[in-house]
Amino acid sequence: MSRDGSLLLEFTNVNTYYGDLHALKNVNYTIGKGEIVSLLGGNACGKSTTMKTIMGIVRPATGTVIFDGKPIEKLPTSERVKLGIAPVLEARRLFPRMTVYENLEMGAYTQPRGARFSEDLERVYSLFPRVKERRNQLGGTLSGGEQQMVAIGRALMARPRLICMDEPSMGLSPLYVEQVFDIIQEINKQGTTIFMVEQNANMALSIAHRAYVLQTGAVVLSGTAAELRVNPLIREAYLGELKVDVAA
Amino acid sequence: MTTADLFLQQAINGLSLGAMYSLLALGFTLVYGIMELINFSHFNVFMVGSFVAMVTLQMFGLSGQDTILTGLPLVGVMLVAFLASMTLCGAIGVAIERFLLRPLRAVKGPAAMITTIGVSYVLFNAVLLSIGADSKNFPNPLPPLTFAIGGAVLRLREILIWIISLVLMGGLTYFVQFTRLGKAMRATAQDPEAARMMGVEVDRVVMTAFFVGSALAGASGMIFGLYYNLSKVDIGFAAGLRAFTAAVLGGIGNVPGAMVGGVLIGLIEALSGQVVGTAWTDVIIFGILVLVLVFKPVGLMGRVAPNKS
Ligand SMILES: Nc1ncnc2c1ncn2[C@@H]1O[C@H](COP(=O)(O)OP(=O)(O)O)[C@@H](O)[C@H]1O
Ligand SMILES: [Mg+2]
Repeated sequence: MSRDGSLLLEFTNVNTYYGDLHALKNVNYTIGKGEIVSLLGGNACGKSTTMKTIMGIVRPATGTVIFDGKPIEKLPTSERVKLGIAPVLEARRLFPRMTVYENLEMGAYTQPRGARFSEDLERVYSLFPRVKERRNQLGGTLSGGEQQMVAIGRALMARPRLICMDEPSMGLSPLYVEQVFDIIQEINKQGTTIFMVEQNANMALSIAHRAYVLQTGAVVLSGTAAELRVNPLIREAYLGELKVDVAA
Repeated sequence: MTTADLFLQQAINGLSLGAMYSLLALGFTLVYGIMELINFSHFNVFMVGSFVAMVTLQMFGLSGQDTILTGLPLVGVMLVAFLASMTLCGAIGVAIERFLLRPLRAVKGPAAMITTIGVSYVLFNAVLLSIGADSKNFPNPLPPLTFAIGGAVLRLREILIWIISLVLMGGLTYFVQFTRLGKAMRATAQDPEAARMMGVEVDRVVMTAFFVGSALAGASGMIFGLYYNLSKVDIGFAAGLRAFTAAVLGGIGNVPGAMVGGVLIGLIEALSGQVVGTAWTDVIIFGILVLVLVFKPVGLMGRVAPNKS
C-alpha cells in the first residue's frame, strides 16, 4: 500500500529488548515511497524505540529492517544516514551550544561540501525564513517552535529519502503545530517520504496517508488515515485527542 | 630585585608553567567532554612525552646545557623534538583508546577509569625499568639570551614556550571551531546520540580526542623539560594533578576553560611560592580544587559535558 506501489521501508517481525523489557513485539510495518505514514500511540508504547531501531541506535534482537530493498538492520547509524534516512528527534535535540548554521551543517555531515550544500541551505532558508534570521544564534536559545524548524531543516540538509520524525508536535503551541504540519506536508509533496511518530492523533491523521497504532510494543491496528479517523475502537481506546474532538 | 620585580619575575615563570598545565589540561577536558571519562593514563603519557623529547634532542648530539644552537639548526632541532614527542604520545593515546578502552565502552561504572589508572602505572614502570628512577638532565640548546623587563628577566626559553603554546592552542581552537571533525567533536560532546544520528562516527571522534589530547601532553612534557632542565619518571603525578585541577577549575569539558584554568594554576603556583613559600603551593592548589568542587562544581567557565540521553 503505497503512493506508487513500491516500498521504501519494511519492518518485518521486529523484536527489540531493553534487558528484560520487550519493547517491540513482533512488529510489522511498511512505508511506501512518497507516503506519509504515522505511528500512533500513548506514552511508553515503543514509538521512540521504533525510530531508534530504524536509525540503528538500538538493534532488534530478531527481525529484518529493509530500506529500499536492502537489509539495513546490521548497518551502523552513519551508513543508514548515507543511504538517505534522516531523523527529527524527540524534543528536537538541537546541539544547544552550536549555532543554528552549525546545526544545519551537522545535518549535512554525510554530504559533500560545495554547491550542493549551498543549494540545500537555500532550500531550508526559503522553507523557514525564521531559521535564516536566527542562523547565528545558539540552538539552545531558540523557542520550541523555532527549534523544531531547525530540527526539520537539519534533517533536510542530509538530502534524505525518508525522514523519521519523533513527535514533531510535542511541546509546541497550537499555532506552531499547524505550521509544522503544513511544512511536513509540503516536504512530502516535494518528494520526501515521511514516517511520523505521534501522540497527537488528530493532527497526525489529518496529514498522514496511512497509520499504525502501537500499544505496549505491539501493532494493534492499522489502516488508511480516513479509515482510522472514523474507527470507533480508536476513539474509545487509544486516541484521547480524537475522542475529545469528536465530542466537541 | 625589588618586590615588584620579584612579582613580575614570578608572573613570567607562572605564565610558562601555566602554558604547560593548559596543554596538559586540554587532554583531560577533551576526553571528559566526549565520554565523561577521567583519563588517568594522561599523567604518564605526559611523562613519556618529556622523555621522548629528551631522547630526540640527545640524538642530535645535545646533552645538558653545554651545546648551544642558533638559527635554523636550533629551530629545526626544536621542531623535530616537539613533533616527535607529540606524534609518539598521540600514538600512545590512540593505542590506549583503541585496544584498552574501546572494548570497555559499553561497560557501565568505573571500569574504564580504573583501566586508565592501570595503564598509567604500566607506563610508569616501563620508563622506570628502561631509564631508571633518577633525575635526567634535559638538553637545552637555547642561547642564553635574556631581555630585561624592569628588574625581571625574560629568557628565550619563556618566549619559545609561549609561542609554541599559543600556536598549539590557537590551532586547537581553530580545529574545534571550524573543521568538520572539530564540529563533530563538539556535537558529540553536547549530544552523543543526536551526533550519531547526523552520521558522525563516534569511534573516530573519540580516537581524535585521544590523539589530540595526548599529542598536546607530549608538547607539555617537552615544555616541562625545557622549564626545569630535567626529566624524571615521577613528574607525571604532580604535574598531572595540577593540570587536572586546572581543567576542573575552568570547567571540565570546556576547552577555553582548560586553557584559562591552566594559566591560573601556573600563576598561583609561581606567586604562592613567592608569597607564602613553595611548601604551601600544593595546599593552595588543592584547596582551590576542593573549593571549586564544593562551591562551583561546574567550574569558572561552566561545564560543557555530554547531555544525558
Ligand atoms: N534506553 C532504555 N533502556 C531501558 N528501557 C527503555 C529505554 N528506552 C526506552 N525504554 C522503555 O521502553 C519502553 C518504550 O519506550 P519508548 O520507545 O521511548 O516509548 P514512547 O516513545 O512510545 O514513549 C518504555 O517502557 C521505556 O521505559
Ligand atoms: Mg518517545
